[in-house]
This record gives sequence, structure tokens and C-alpha cells, in this order.
Amino acid sequence: MDLQVLDFPGGKVAFTSKMQFISETSEKRVPCYRVLDDYGQQIEYDCSAQVNEELAVKMYTDMVTLQIMDAIFYEAQRQGRISFYLTSMGEEAINIASAAALTNDDIVLPQYREQGVLLWRGFTVQEFANQCFGNKVDYGKGRQMPIHYGSNKHNYFTVSSPIGTQLPQAVGAAYSLKMDKKSACVAAYFGDGGTSEGDFHAGLNFAAVMEAPVIFFCRNNGWAISTHTREQFRSDGIVVRGQAYGIRSIRVDGNDALAVYSAVREAREMAIKDQRPILIEALTYRVGHHSTSDDSTKYRSMDEIEYWKMSRNPVNRFRKWVERNMWWDDKREVELRNDIRNQVLRAIQTAEKCEKPPLSDLFRDVYDTLPSNLHEQESQLRETIKSYPKDYPLDVPV
Amino acid sequence: MATTAARRFGRRLVPSVSRRRFSSSAAGDALQRTQNHPSLNLCSAINQALHIALDTDPRSYVFGEDVSFGGVFRCTLGLADQFGKARVFNTPLCEQGIVGFGIGLAAMGNRAVAEIQFADYIFPAFDQIVNEAAKFRYRSGNQFNCGGLTIRAPYGAVGHGGHYHSQSPEAFFCHVPGIKVVIPRSPSQAKGLLLSCIRDPNPIVFFEPKWLYRLAVEEVPEHDYMLPLSEAEVIREGVDITLVGWGAQLSIMEEACLDAEKDGISCELIDLKTLLPWDKETVEASVRKTGRLLISHEAPVTGGFGAEISASIVERCFLRLEAPVARICGLDTPFPLVFEPFYLPTKNKILDAIKSTVNY
Ligand SMILES: Cc1ncc(C[n+]2csc(CCOP(=O)(O)OP(=O)(O)O)c2C)c(N)n1
Ligand SMILES: [Mg+2]
Repeated sequence: MDLQVLDFPGGKVAFTSKMQFISETSEKRVPCYRVLDDYGQQIEYDCSAQVNEELAVKMYTDMVTLQIMDAIFYEAQRQGRISFYLTSMGEEAINIASAAALTNDDIVLPQYREQGVLLWRGFTVQEFANQCFGNKVDYGKGRQMPIHYGSNKHNYFTVSSPIGTQLPQAVGAAYSLKMDKKSACVAAYFGDGGTSEGDFHAGLNFAAVMEAPVIFFCRNNGWAISTHTREQFRSDGIVVRGQAYGIRSIRVDGNDALAVYSAVREAREMAIKDQRPILIEALTYRVGHHSTSDDSTKYRSMDEIEYWKMSRNPVNRFRKWVERNMWWDDKREVELRNDIRNQVLRAIQTAEKCEKPPLSDLFRDVYDTLPSNLHEQESQLRETIKSYPKDYPLDVPV
Repeated sequence: MATTAARRFGRRLVPSVSRRRFSSSAAGDALQRTQNHPSLNLCSAINQALHIALDTDPRSYVFGEDVSFGGVFRCTLGLADQFGKARVFNTPLCEQGIVGFGIGLAAMGNRAVAEIQFADYIFPAFDQIVNEAAKFRYRSGNQFNCGGLTIRAPYGAVGHGGHYHSQSPEAFFCHVPGIKVVIPRSPSQAKGLLLSCIRDPNPIVFFEPKWLYRLAVEEVPEHDYMLPLSEAEVIREGVDITLVGWGAQLSIMEEACLDAEKDGISCELIDLKTLLPWDKETVEASVRKTGRLLISHEAPVTGGFGAEISASIVERCFLRLEAPVARICGLDTPFPLVFEPFYLPTKNKILDAIKSTVNY
């Protein structure tokens, strides 16, 4: 019998006569896994899966599509054509490379800055535009603000504004995959700000205890609106939280598409094979304003923004690598950009011309069927509209 | 936000701008001195109140998400610079943390003014408000209290807010003995009521009509003044029907009163201001006079605070009522983006109800 060990319900813990508080920080910060250097040079390829030409070109194409779609939709909001927008500028690699490493059977629970994941899965620019204009072919039936995408056929849960709520939900969804013995996992995305919500704690702890195949993907982009990460937490970022919950974790360079791809692929393997959660912290930067309601120069320096936009640009870095492999050149670049631009502009025009969802959609889907109070309210409203047609927008079919 | 709203729903802007008409002169107190005061919008009036609160009590604190740089609505602009980071600060993104922290701070004899960025995001803090703040005094036999806590949150429609930037969750909180619920209708009201809330020895949820932050402009006295809580105000006198509302909805109701007047119907309009505990006497006295009651709010009609007012007045004035109490409120759906103009309790919905109640 070992007298140097305390055997308690939580397991065996060694005794020590040395009074030592665990430090609030480890001596060295957790390093950041990367594959490509700033010049797109492959440093070393410690990664299970190779990215071949076809995959690389598709990844690059989608990163550029995301960039252009963001820029044009943002402009459309400035022109008053849509009521709100939010870009993923600076986080294109995170969006596209993480999506590329998943399969379409994996279930995605987004925060809201992950439109690229949906793009990768085949949600068309037209479908994005339809949601932002809230027209009658928007799957959300015009009920939510722009950027609140969702697509059942793409296994992409609908975006919800309240921060952090998707995290415990992701564990429930993952538990279902586990029970069904599916060869798939759940990927839940969230920001650095999101990690402060109680739901973050609930989600991680549940995942560990339930041994759920879920990847928690944190986009640590330095800011939560105007709140700097220094005012958000004092830990060495997010990655160190994993261990406290009993969750395997890694920190990656979020602006290195290859590193993100490799880490997510590996995480997915482990999540499914071992039936366990994995936490990934991707270090990146929110290059755009928080949203069209924000002016970020009020709280951060132009220099900081410029540095991340230019020197640490994830799309440029990946392009250098693809070009180095002779898979891409200037001619294709120009063609691609023109092509996408036209596609996005056309999509906006089409979405804008399309009428809004019919009035009956106001009352549907509150429940599976219409209860009597809503029946009554719908007929009352129709009477009111007859008496005062001018009170109501013309583009909503009554 | 306001500009886009105006562009998209121009019709609603007309009543919004006319909110300026609300002078608070009927208050009959400190505000009687409001001649020639600077014009302020509601956001600046809130800012001024916070400024005064911080200035007059060194044990007062203002905090919440993004408060430091001025807040996403700019209501806390300049406060961190003037009063320092120790008293005006950003918190981590955690509403339960914000309110729980505020309760602890208040329990130690401080005035904690906590901001929840949108009323739609107050629900993670529901437990702290309902089970903790509201019962802190009662459960300790009055050994402890967190009366120094005031929770500010912008609420209500804004033209393009969809599900989660539009809700009016006041009724949830009106079901909770131990907290007060206050909603101002205009800049000068906001300033005086907020200062009262901050200095009141009870925890208070103060909902700010965010549509009015920039649109409502009126003269606001520069000095430190407070407006009484739990006192409703008759802001328009009439004899045929009583209308009760609060916050941004009052301006829509006033439009309806003006239109009804053209048809010879004289409406009395009451601003409830404090929803919990509310001033039944003022409403009762008015209904005794008019014999009719209409209540209007943006929140869904079912289980809304209008139901409580209706029940109480029926209890007290049953024999005096000449028509059923009317409620013109939000629909029993989530707050919808594209359908917002259909969802809202518009002027003409109210006008129709005024007429049918009077002609019952
Ligand atoms: C519960 C809740 N509180 C507050 C907000 C308002 N809000 C929207 S986004 C945001 C910041 C989120 O930051 P982060 O998680 O870092 O994501 P990022 O925007 O940087 O991608 C806040 C405070 C919200 N949506 N939900
Ligand atoms: Mg962030």
C-alpha cells in the first residue's frame, strides 16, 4: 500500500510536503502550430494529410470568393440596400480551411463569422444574397437579420445572435452522432468573446463528461467588438482551458490555411475515433469592423489593422504557397476575381428584385401548427391591412 | 441604426420625430424649471445622468460590455476618461457575470450601474436577477441588500433589429417581487428617472427605448434632478377613454389620440413609467373618469404587462367600465425582421381600438 497517495472518489492523488501553488501561467506560452511561414514557404510538413492541387485550388478559390462576397455585401449595406452586414475579413483561412478538413456529414454550429464554412459546403452566393435581402427564397423566410444563415441540407445550424448558446447545443448534437454510431462529428465555432459566457463552460464540461465527438473551434481574433482580449480573460488564451476540462487542445496560426486544415483534420480523426471532444484555438485578427454598426478606429489603431490586413493576410499567404507549387498564376487570378465579382453583383440584383416572403410566413413556424391565438391575430391583421394598406410595405405579398 | 430605420420604414419616422412634442412639463416638479435648457437626445440625457451619478457618489460604478469606449450606443461616452478605468470599465462578455458582479458590488454598499448591451441579451442573467437580486433583502431578513444595483438595457423595436435586437422583455421582470422595473419615454424623463433608479435602495431594471436614443430630442435641465418612481403621469387629459403605455410606444399612442380627437373622441394618455410596483391609483382614477381603458405595448400580447393592468383595473372598476379593456400589442410571434411593420401595434391599430371601445 502506497502511503504517499490519497485515494479519494476522484482517483489517486500523490501527497507532497512542499506547499506549492500552481502558477497562474506556465513558463512558456503555448506555442502556435503553423506550416507556412509569412512568405507562404512550407516550413515543415508535420501533417497527416497532404493538400493536393485540386483541393488547394478549391480552397484558394473559396477564400477569394469569400473576400469578394464580403466586400460587395458590405458595400451594399453602406448603400442602404441591406440592413446589416458583417465580414469575415482576416479570417478567410479559418473559415475555408477548417471547412475543407471536415466532411459534409459533420454538423456545424456556427457563431456568426463563419459564412465561409457554408460557402465551402456549396451554399451559393445567390443563397447568401437571398438571406441578406430577406426575400421569399431565403430559407429563414425573412425573419432574421442579414448574416443569420442556416441550411439544413448543408448540415449548418441557423445562426443565432445570442453569444455562446450554440456550445452546449453542439454537445447534444454530438451525443446523438455518438449514439447513432455515425462516422461524423460536430464542429462548433465561437469567438474569443464567446468564451466568457457561461454556456462556454457548460459546453466544454458536458463534452468532456459525455465523451462527445465535438470540435470546439475558437476564432481568437483579438477583439470582441471594442473589448480587447486583455479585458476578456487573463489566461494564456483559450487553448489552456482545455486541460482544465479534460479536453485535448491545440493552438494554431489561424492565418495559415495549411495549419488550420491539418489541425482540424487531425482533430476530426481523434474526435470520431476516440469519441472525445477537441478544442482548437486559432489565433487571428478581425480585420474588418465588428459589423456595419461599428467603427473600430474608435478603439484600435489603424497601424494594427493595416499590419494584419497586409503583412499577415491569410489569403495572400496561401496564394504564395499555391503559386510556389505552380498551381496558380496571375492570369487565373484576374479571371477568378472578375468572374466572382460579376457573380456576386448578379446575385445581389436578383435577390433585391425578388419579392419578400408572404404575410402568412409571419405566423408560421412559431409552432409546428398554427394555434388559435395566431389564427385570430392573422385574420385581425388582414382586416387592419384592408383598412390601412398604406401602413404596410408594398413588397410583402399579403 | 436610426438612419437605416428611417430609410426603410419612413412611415414610422414621422411619429418618431414627433416624439419631440413630449415636453415633461406635466411632471409638476423639478422639471417645471425647464425653460431654456439645452436640447438633448435620449442617449445624451442618459450620459448626463450617469455623469452626475458618478460625480455625486464616489462609490458608484458603471460597467458592462464595451462600456469603456462609450458603449455600442454611445451612452457611456467620455465617462471612463473622466472618472477613470477603476469606476467605468468593460467587462468580459458574460451577462450573468455582469449582474452577479453588480449584486456583490451593491451588497458592499456601492452603487452599481450595470449595462446589458441589448435587453435581448439579458436572459443569461435571469437567474442572477430573479433568484438573487430580487430576493437578496428578503431571504436575509434584511441583513443584506443589493439595492444599489441598477441594470440598464436598451429595449424595443428599431426598424431592422429582427429577433434579437428588438425585444421588449419587461413582462418577465414584472413577475418578480423584489425588483423594480422602470421605462422612460423621453430624454428629460430618462435622466430624472435613471438618477432615481441609481439612488433608489432597491435593485432596478431600467429599460431604455433604443429607437429614441437619437430620435427623441427635448430640453433637458442640466442640473441634478430625480423623478419619482412608482408614479404614473397623465401626459394628455381626456374624458372618453384612458390609454396606458410606457417608453417608445407612448408616441405612437399619442398619434392615435390626436387622430381620435379629429373624430371627436377625447383620450387621456398615461405614462406608467414604473411598471413594478406600478401606480394603480392614477390609472384607476382616470378609468373611473372615462369608463374605458386601452393598453398598448410592443411585447407580445399574451402574458404581457397589459394583462396585469387589465386584470387590476377590472377588479377595481368593474361596474364603472363601459366596454371591455382593449389591448393593442405585439403579436404572439418572435419579433420578425421583414414583417416588423405588421407585427407592431401601429397607430391605426390603436385608433381602431379606441373607436370600437368608445362605440361599444
Ligand atoms: C449574449 C450576448 N451578449 C451580447 C451580445 C452582443 N455582441 C454581439 S457580438 C459581440 C462580441 C463577440 O465577440 P467574439 O466572440 O470575440 O466574436 P467576433 O465578433 O470577434 O467574431 C457582442 C458583445 C450578443 N450577441 N449576445
Ligand atoms: Mg473576437
